[in-house]
Amino acid sequence: MNPGDFSTALPEVLIAIYAMAALLFGVYSGKDKAASLVLWATAAVFVLVALWIGTSSGSRTAFGGMFIDDAFARFAKVTVLVSAAAVLAIGQDYMSRRDLLRFEYPVLIALAVVGMMIMVSAGDLMALYMGLELQSLALYVVASLRRDNVKSTEAGLKYFVLGALSSGLLLYGASLTYGFAGTTLFSGIITTVHQGDMSMGLLFGLVFLLSGLAFKISAVPFHMWTPDVYEGSPTPVTAFFATAPKVAAMALIARLAEGAFGSAPKDWGQILALLSVASMYLGAVAAIGQKDIKRLMAYSSISHMGFALMGLAAGTAGGVKAMLIYMVIYVTMNVGAFAFILSMEKDGKPVTDIASLRMYSRREPLKALAILVLMFSLAGVPPMVGFFGKFYVLMAAVNAGMAWLAVLGVIASVIGAFYYLRIVYYMYFGEDRAGIDAGTMRPVAWAALMVSAVIMVVGVVNLFGVEALAQAAAGALVH
Amino acid sequence: MIGLTHYLVVAAFLFVIGIFGIFLNRKNVIVILMSIELMLLAVNINLVAFSSFAHDLVGQVFTMFVLTVAAAEAAIGLAILVSFFRTRGTIDVEDVNVMKG
Repeated sequence: MNPGDFSTALPEVLIAIYAMAALLFGVYSGKDKAASLVLWATAAVFVLVALWIGTSSGSRTAFGGMFIDDAFARFAKVTVLVSAAAVLAIGQDYMSRRDLLRFEYPVLIALAVVGMMIMVSAGDLMALYMGLELQSLALYVVASLRRDNVKSTEAGLKYFVLGALSSGLLLYGASLTYGFAGTTLFSGIITTVHQGDMSMGLLFGLVFLLSGLAFKISAVPFHMWTPDVYEGSPTPVTAFFATAPKVAAMALIARLAEGAFGSAPKDWGQILALLSVASMYLGAVAAIGQKDIKRLMAYSSISHMGFALMGLAAGTAGGVKAMLIYMVIYVTMNVGAFAFILSMEKDGKPVTDIASLRMYSRREPLKALAILVLMFSLAGVPPMVGFFGKFYVLMAAVNAGMAWLAVLGVIASVIGAFYYLRIVYYMYFGEDRAGIDAGTMRPVAWAALMVSAVIMVVGVVNLFGVEALAQAAAGALVH
Repeated sequence: MIGLTHYLVVAAFLFVIGIFGIFLNRKNVIVILMSIELMLLAVNINLVAFSSFAHDLVGQVFTMFVLTVAAAEAAIGLAILVSFFRTRGTIDVEDVNVMKG
């Protein structure tokens, strides 16, 4: 260990120190008066660190290869930081009006983000585990943030039990991998894998590691916590669950599969393809009957994770690139959609019933149009950016000789379009009944919704240059 | 002579008992916390056994990290359980059912 190691991990160190300083500040300044201040400061820190990471370059490792700072890690970190900052900003008003805004909330989010940054930079099973746990432990607590509410505490309890189970599976896989590869370093594991066939022990380790991580991205058959946790958690927390942790866990799967088991795509490609197909179909079919928009978004995210996994299952640089582009688009759409869901209220009380959107277009034409764009984009209807996300992963699957996977993906996408279009139907053609109040949206959330919708239309020109960055990121990971 | 396989078999048994403890248990949530702890300790046996037989210290360092995280995890689990008990008045597994998923 030398001073250079710490300079490589400086962004993580700084955010961790910031989180502790903010905690002290919150405690000393008395109950929750400073909560809004801490929240905005945290969002500002995230954006500044994202700018800093985004402008750095090169590829370095630290702590004997345990921590990797390359283009791939930086791409994922910037996505995580920006989306976390956006989610904090759009949720501030909701939380303070419902007396939920405690200063612990931004501090816990900051700690979760440090965990995610370590996850995407992990070059060793120990770093992987510690990053993942730092993220998970913070998320268990924010899920039950509304601690006087039955649903929120139950969401926290369910998330905790299933999350701890998945950590156990992951850890068992890590112990087998360590035993049969003789090292916990990804670079060491890949050397062992290259030397000969995968031993049975390593294969078991790989399967356990992947199933533990599949829990975190809520891929079927490890998805059962998602709808309940999404429904029960306070809505700003749900918005957070749907964005940054998914990006981090997906990047971690890419790093583990390509970085530690790279020459064995036959082994993990099949597992990921299976998870992908199951997630796409369950997400598409189970969402049809949902009446609660938060549960609907849960199934929607399961389905989207299936598509992102399709890119990874291809096992090529093109596949990783497609996955990264897909995740960026997915996060952007979700920030916009949740900015709207946060503003859904009736007589001052939040509502999440989809039927309450009846004839919303008559009361709020502009916002209804923005939701229409976002829903079309989530469904993958061609002129929107969401279509290009799907297009890239489908192309990656076809190019890797998995045309069957691409065909199944297209069918799932058509089934899934039904429930997004149903929301649009309610807004434009439903019978006119007393729905949610108009004019309840605050400027920040309004801006997030509009920016997200505009990106979904304007982005078709060149995807704002994300493609080139994703290409470089994938190139750093897959050799 | 006790070899590596014996340790691995014991660890595998403990791990499976832990998983079954989570899914088959119908009594209360404390048992689930104990099952989770059992799973993590099974992993520790694995790690220490591998580490000792390969004459490589990394596994034991990993065990230290796992023990620390397991303690933090238990603390957070109990904290969430306490707030659940305060709102719901029970910690029976069958009563964790306000939302059906």
